[in-house]
Order: sequence, then structure tokens, then C-alpha cells
Amino acid sequence: MTTVEGPVLQARGRCWTFGDNIPTDRLVKTKYVVEPMSVIVAHVLEDLNPRFPLEVQPGDIVVAGKHFGQSSGRAIAVKALKATGIGCVVADTFARTFYRNAFEVGLPVLELPGVSELVSDGDVLAVDVAAGTFRNEATGQERTVAPPDAFLLEMLRAGGLIPLAKKRTDLFDPAT
Amino acid sequence: MGKSFAQKALERASGEKDLVPGQIVDAFPDLYMSHTASWRCIRTLERMGVDELYDVDRIAMVMDHISPADNAKTAGYHALCREFADRMGVRKFFDVNAGIAHVVLMERGLIKPGELIIGTDSHSTIYGALGALGTGVGFSEITATWVTGKLWMKVPESIKVEVDGPLARGTYPKDVMLRLIGDVGADGATYCSVEFHGSYVEQMSVSERMTLCNLAMEMGAKNAFVPPDDTALAYLDEAGADRGSYEVLLPDPDAQYRQVERVDGRSLVPQVAVPHTVDNVVGVDEVAGTKVDQVFIGSCANAKYDDLAIAAEVLAGNTVAPGVRLIVTPASSMIMAKAASDGIVSTLLQAGALITNPGCGACAGSGGAMADGEVTFSTANRNFQGRMGSYQSSIYLGSPATAAASAIRGVISNPQELLA
Repeated sequence: MTTVEGPVLQARGRCWTFGDNIPTDRLVKTKYVVEPMSVIVAHVLEDLNPRFPLEVQPGDIVVAGKHFGQSSGRAIAVKALKATGIGCVVADTFARTFYRNAFEVGLPVLELPGVSELVSDGDVLAVDVAAGTFRNEATGQERTVAPPDAFLLEMLRAGGLIPLAKKRTDLFDPAT
Repeated sequence: MGKSFAQKALERASGEKDLVPGQIVDAFPDLYMSHTASWRCIRTLERMGVDELYDVDRIAMVMDHISPADNAKTAGYHALCREFADRMGVRKFFDVNAGIAHVVLMERGLIKPGELIIGTDSHSTIYGALGALGTGVGFSEITATWVTGKLWMKVPESIKVEVDGPLARGTYPKDVMLRLIGDVGADGATYCSVEFHGSYVEQMSVSERMTLCNLAMEMGAKNAFVPPDDTALAYLDEAGADRGSYEVLLPDPDAQYRQVERVDGRSLVPQVAVPHTVDNVVGVDEVAGTKVDQVFIGSCANAKYDDLAIAAEVLAGNTVAPGVRLIVTPASSMIMAKAASDGIVSTLLQAGALITNPGCGACAGSGGAMADGEVTFSTANRNFQGRMGSYQSSIYLGSPATAAASAIRGVISNPQELLA
């Protein structure tokens, strides 16, 4: 069986913190859903932190509390977050549809209960989603958690479900 | 050890045996629902460069969000869906006249017990009202399933909810669910299959079961389930689903549940979810008197025939308070036709309601937007800040009866006072 080569799913960057139960409605407002990604990404999470869409840098890390990405299953919300170039999202817990959509669109995510207590805005974090490791370089605190299933990591390395389907036709043959 | 409904349904859909919670399988869904977001699935298919589909008869498309189109851009998305459905031979294509996807598919016999249904909508949990495993997925996942017929599924843990009745007059399935969501929290059932049991559930209509299963999403559930019984089978007969075309799957009596929750319907009072989260729930008397600018009776949670009938019962002989806008959006054209033929539509119009075309309407941001500082009382399933217009507006959620009573008085009101 072939496997897909790809990035090692490590991120190191500044931390942006968000609270509990953030709905996708607030990641991408309904009025922007039908707009091009260039417009959507300029407004992602703007109501919770107006600086975020303006100042987020590639490799930055979003840290949230519990049940991140609840409400509407709009995968465009996850795509918008990925389009900012962030390295990954770490949350105490994720809403089911957001978690599923993250692998679908290739946005690395790590569920790490308690992480929201370990970070402040601007801390530099180092996260390895495939290894399940977390380190806050500002405080020295480290945590390790079980990483996502190997199949899901392969999807992330490929860049999402559709790129994986193109590369791994054996996985997606209806007959197998 | 006994099996839950979800274990049995995923064993059926995957062909694998003895599944345990946490396991990931390739499952073959019986139906792939996509709503107006179908255009994204079609664009993704174009990017894949594939035009051979696994089974076009498992594709169902319903143009319910942003319906009818409100500008040239969204009209283009609709046109793309129509052209695709025609070219590929998608027979389960329902245009802007049909209504909300979930209700349209159920009332036309296209959702059957034991089936695995995936949809580009988080409230796909509603299909549990007919004993199917319905769950929300992303649009690329729908596209991949169009091509391959299968999708990864994690076997969930299960939660048992027991609801006993009868309910007090003026309380309804919406009140049961708001109380439950308030008790367990918005993430209380995350990743879990929620099974509804108990004496009250057994007496409920399929329409009422839809409200239970729809709102299970607001406690984070992967799917919901009501055991199909004679009531469900009669509904399926009427909807045109041949009894030989499905197999009812029931959980074993000794199935394993992560937790058991109980709601005593007999002591329930009308419930209201207050801004800005669905699990922020209080008894109606705690917020009674709050001024409302708009009342919305709509959505896949509470705009079915019985919901409109309850609203009409409260509104009959009354009028909407001056300055209040009452917007009624029936869930489907079939429901609207029935409500028109038996006088419900007339009663609502005489009371001063604005009745819109069937569909998602204001719940999905089409029409019914609020200005800064305004308040809507809604029968929908979400009250997140900014969901209906201004970020400086507020949404309260409750039953159609509480909505109708609030429309009459212009302030949030206990419907028990009007029904007494």
C-alpha cells in the first residue's frame, strides 16, 4: 500500500486565543458565505477579534476553548481559517462538524483538553499534530495527547479529502 | 453485550461486524443530501476531473437556502445545480418551490428506517425521526461520496434520553428539547448518537419526533434516533415508502449507553432559549414581558403542519400587536397546501401574519433581517449573535405557541395564559 508523503504537520507560531462555543456563524458570517474566498478571509472571526483577519500571519496558531466551531456545518468556515495560513487549531474540544470538516479541507487540528488554560494571546507555541505534542515556549509548559487516527493524518498530509482521493485511488475505489 | 442503534446502522452501511465505539469504518450511505450548497459540490467535482458517479439515484438536491435566488450571483449557483441535475439525471432534484430539504425528503418517502443518510447540513440529525442515521458532513465529502459511494464514519457512543409524559397544556416537543439542551449543554452530546425513548416519545407524531431529532444537533449530537413503531410505519406508508424496501433497526435492550438523561414532561413549563446561545434556557415566565419587534415561525425545527396549526390555534380571533412583524415560513409546499386547504393560512393572515414561500427563509438569512437593537422571537433552532441581521440584535427561541402568544401581546408571553 502506498502512502502519501507530505508535511509533518508541525506548527510554530504566535497564539490567537478564542473562547468556548464559538459558532461557525461567527467564523464566517452568513452574508459572506457566497463571496469569493479573498473577501471571506478578510472578515474571518472579525467580530470576536477585529485584529485577527488584519494581522494573522502564516504559521500562527489558533487556540480555543470547548466545542469550537459549533452550529452550522458550513465547511467554508474551516476553509476560511485555513486560507489565513495558520499552522493549526488547538482546542479543548471541537464541535463534531468542524472537526470533520477540518480533515476534509486539510486544516490541522488537535484536540487537547485544558489547552485554553495554558495560553495567552501572543505566546509562541510549538505544536506537532501527528505526534500529539504541545509546547508553550513563553511558559515552558508541555502537554502530550493521543494524535488523530492515522487515516485522518494521511488526509491532512495530502491537503484534504479531495487531494487524497486524487493521490490514493486505491482508497477510494468503490469495489474495495 | 447489546448493540446501540448507531452500531447496528453502521454495521449495515459498512458490511462489517461487531463494531465498537471509536472504530472508523468506510460506510456506504443510502442517500446523499445537498441543499443549495450543491453548487460547491459540483465545482469540487469539476476540480476532481471526474464525471462518472457511483449511483446517481442516491443523490438528492433541494434548493432550500437562499430560495428563491436574491441576486444574479446566487441565481447563477441555482442555475448550475439545475443544469447538473438535468445533465447527470438526478431524479431527486427539488427546486425552490419544494421547501426545506429535510422535511421534503421525509414527506416524500425518500428517508427510510435503518438507512445511513449524509447531508450538507448540520440538522441532518432529523432523519432519526424515521429511524434512519442522519448526519451532517462537508460539501467535499458529499462530492467524494458521489464518486466513490463511501465515506469514513466513526462509530459513536450513545446517549439514552427518556421523556415521559403527558406534557402540560401549552408545552410541546420544542420545550422538551430546550430543557434538555439547557441541562446537558451545547456540547453535552458531542460525537454521540442520541436515542429518544420513553412513554411520551411513543405517543408522538413523526412531525413531533422531527423536532426532537432536529434539535439534538444543538447538544452536539452526531445523529439522533426514535425507534420506528406503528406511527412511523404508517407515516412511511402514506409517504410512499414500500415496506419491503427497508429494515427497521432497533437497539438491543442491553445496549451500552454512555449516559442516560431524563425529562419529565408532566412538570415542564414553556421554555425559552435566551440570547445568544441555545443552551441558555429559562422558563418563559423569567423573560415574559421582554419586548419583541419580530416573530418568526419557521425552520426545519418548527414549521411543520402541526406547528402551524398550534400557532393558528393561539392566534385565532386575535391580532398581531401593533409594530410587531409576524413572519410565517412553512417548511414545505405540501405543508403549505394542507394549511391553506383547511383554513390555517386564512387564520394566520387574518391575525396579521406575513406568509412567505416555503424554505429555510429567515433562519438561513433570507429575509427577516433585524436592525440594531431589535429582538426576534423565533421557532428556529439557533440564536447565535448576528444570525438574523445586525450583531446588535437578539434572538429568543421557543415553541410555535410561545411565538404566537408573543406576537399577539408584543412581548414574550406564556402561551398557557392564552390557551387556558
